[in-house]
Amino acid sequence: MATPRIDRRTTIKWMLAASAALRVAPGLGVGGAQAAQPRAAASAGYGTDPDLMRLYEPGDVWPLSMSAAERRTATALCDLIIPADAESPSASDVGVVAFLDEWISAPYPVQQTDRQTVLQGLLWLDEEAQRRFRRDFAALAAEGMSAICDEICYLPRAPERLKAAAAFFARLRDLAAGGYYTSPEGMRAMRYVGNVALPRFDGPPPEVLRRVGLSDDASPP
Amino acid sequence: MPFVTPQTLGEYDVIVVGSGAAGGQTAYTLAMEGAGVLMIEAGRNYTPESETPMFHAPHLAPLRGTSTPDKPFGFHDATVDGGWQVPGEPYVNTSEDDAGRFDWWRARMLGGRTNHWGRYSFRNGPYDFKPKSRDGLGFDWPLGYEELAPYYDKVEMLIGVYGANDGLENTPNSPPGCLLPPPKPRVSDLLIADRAKRLGIPVVAGHRAVLTQALDHRNLPRKLHPGNANAQALLAAHMQRRAACFWATPCGRGCSVGANYQSTTVHLPPALATGKLDILVNAMVHEVFLGKEGKASGVRFVDKATGSTGEARARAVCLAASACESVRILLNSKGARHPEGLANSSGKLGRYLMDTVGTSVQGQVPLLEDLPPHNEDGASGGHLYAPWWAYGEQLRGKLGFARGYHIEFQGGRTMPSMRTAAGLEWLTGGSYGHRFKQDARRYFGSMVNFDGRGEMIPNEHSRCEIDPVVKDRWGIPVLRFHWQWSEHETRQAAHMQKTFAAIIGAMGGRVRGEVLADGAKAIAPGGSIIHEVGGAIMGDDPRSSVTNGYGQAWDVPNLFVADGATFPSNADKNPTLTIMALAWRSADHLLERMRRREL
Repeated sequence: MATPRIDRRTTIKWMLAASAALRVAPGLGVGGAQAAQPRAAASAGYGTDPDLMRLYEPGDVWPLSMSAAERRTATALCDLIIPADAESPSASDVGVVAFLDEWISAPYPVQQTDRQTVLQGLLWLDEEAQRRFRRDFAALAAEGMSAICDEICYLPRAPERLKAAAAFFARLRDLAAGGYYTSPEGMRAMRYVGNVALPRFDGPPPEVLRRVGLSDDASPP
Repeated sequence: MPFVTPQTLGEYDVIVVGSGAAGGQTAYTLAMEGAGVLMIEAGRNYTPESETPMFHAPHLAPLRGTSTPDKPFGFHDATVDGGWQVPGEPYVNTSEDDAGRFDWWRARMLGGRTNHWGRYSFRNGPYDFKPKSRDGLGFDWPLGYEELAPYYDKVEMLIGVYGANDGLENTPNSPPGCLLPPPKPRVSDLLIADRAKRLGIPVVAGHRAVLTQALDHRNLPRKLHPGNANAQALLAAHMQRRAACFWATPCGRGCSVGANYQSTTVHLPPALATGKLDILVNAMVHEVFLGKEGKASGVRFVDKATGSTGEARARAVCLAASACESVRILLNSKGARHPEGLANSSGKLGRYLMDTVGTSVQGQVPLLEDLPPHNEDGASGGHLYAPWWAYGEQLRGKLGFARGYHIEFQGGRTMPSMRTAAGLEWLTGGSYGHRFKQDARRYFGSMVNFDGRGEMIPNEHSRCEIDPVVKDRWGIPVLRFHWQWSEHETRQAAHMQKTFAAIIGAMGGRVRGEVLADGAKAIAPGGSIIHEVGGAIMGDDPRSSVTNGYGQAWDVPNLFVADGATFPSNADKNPTLTIMALAWRSADHLLERMRRREL
């Protein structure tokens, strides 16, 4: 069946990756005893027959649940991952933090697993920032944030003691990027052109074909 | 009043259970030719014109439209109350591991799965009807390609299928006037075609049920309903209401302007316009009951609004509830003279369930990086595909598996989703910040995904039966599945992996993740490709099949099975077009028998 599908294998892989990461480093959230049991999120989803025509915003279907402190740390991290530049806004500018809150507040299994990963990860970030710089993560200058994140931004190269933090960072980057690039501003930043009615479909412009080394009259054999 | 309630049922010639490809086509053919039809659908009414979120971008959906257990293909997908699990409607597997499991996708809505399907519409070829004669495995069909070809023609003309005639082995051409022009290829399509050709793999125009131009309402109705002025007029009017594709919005959401095929926008409106079709929704049929002489009198159903049981009666009953659901209804139709289920004197009911062999490989192609932005939405699905190319080699026993597969692929700058910029570390080394934004732009549109779709050979271990204990929320006994692949399938999956990696390599690309040499690890679990067929196979012999070549039950002359349950083999060609061609042929046969007063 050819419908675009998130395959369940991918979802399951995410869940396994996240839980494996937590097994590798059970000490994630060192000193944060309450972090081991983050607050529960909503119990009911949108059901199997939701109104598809409605325009939704985070919080419309289940309540958001991040604390102000968690949002502060998440904002700093999301904007470190996707900062503003001359062309396009930052992650938080386009509502990525609210989206992240919606995501980890959702009742579904993948999101519930991410809830553990994200909330414990945010706590760890603050603890790591306190340990190294005596400040919360969000209060650090860019250099401080980078000093922490450079160690965890690539899971295969993260030191053993930071594997769980690196798994958190990878997951958060995926979520932030997902939220960002599905926003109208993010789609522009990605240089996606489409989702508009056209009178005809012309295929690639000649310049595109030249770039890949195919002639202008390239056609299927 | 076309939509009826259990209290307002009339008198009917034919009851059609189900409203998807098979039910839609059957009801269409019967009603257009003057028979009185009651269609019964287990799900709710569904109106694509007002329920399709055509241009809704992902940020307007919860979780950016990502898939959840409530909506397994994503929030905006045109599935209502459906998925591999339906609340309150369980099924049982004898094994839960990937190799021995069958996952059963259902949708509880008018039009069924046709609302969201991929629209891939391939004809079976001559070999596909006589596979046993060719290689000794599985079963031959009781009909050949030539007998079904006129119905493939009709279905293509009615629903609108784009494609081209390439004259390739076992990949039939359509007569002139059947196919719509294929859309122009995307750049990734052209690169894949060029490199695959170097490996000896042909790449040609895909075949999908999408209107690349408006249907020819002046000529097609005459060809489809010769001598039937009323049907011609209704169809001509309806064809004019279907718009051509405007090259945007994913087909999986359905189409509010009728530019692709779904039963609800193509089959049902003209059939309803005849005044000969009534539709009863929210009614779960669970039993066919017999009258005197052992003929079917009608069906019993649970009215989901009240939970009470109702009955509908007709001169003939046609099951089109999807392969497994039709089998379930027959197995649950037990009587003193048929304790093992109705139409089961052969003992073959529930046997020879098949799905399609599926596996995929994704790659990243530097040549496609950072291309000038341009619109690649196109017809939303594949513009090109690769039909199976190694028939000769295979017949000579060179491949280690007996049946073929085709390749569906997709690349390009499609509308970003949660997955588009996710998991890029294997390319970026873990970038974040400004570099990550550059990387996300750079790699956007440079990914190519290859999906193999291959033939599974029916076997004795893949089947379903009624679970002795479990019932659904309506009190209806549920199905229990047994599933097993043979090496023909697992080796085929391994061959797919190797082939896709080779194409990606020939494009100068890199494979994401591991190329799986072990086909048993590569193959997607049974049912996950959602091409399930079999369970009530057709044949020439009442001792070894459930129906004849018209889907008519050997044991009950006025009982027909119109859906994929009758397939005795499952060619790599996606089954929907064949389901519709068979359903049209079966309905013609039914009409003829009724005219001769044989039913």
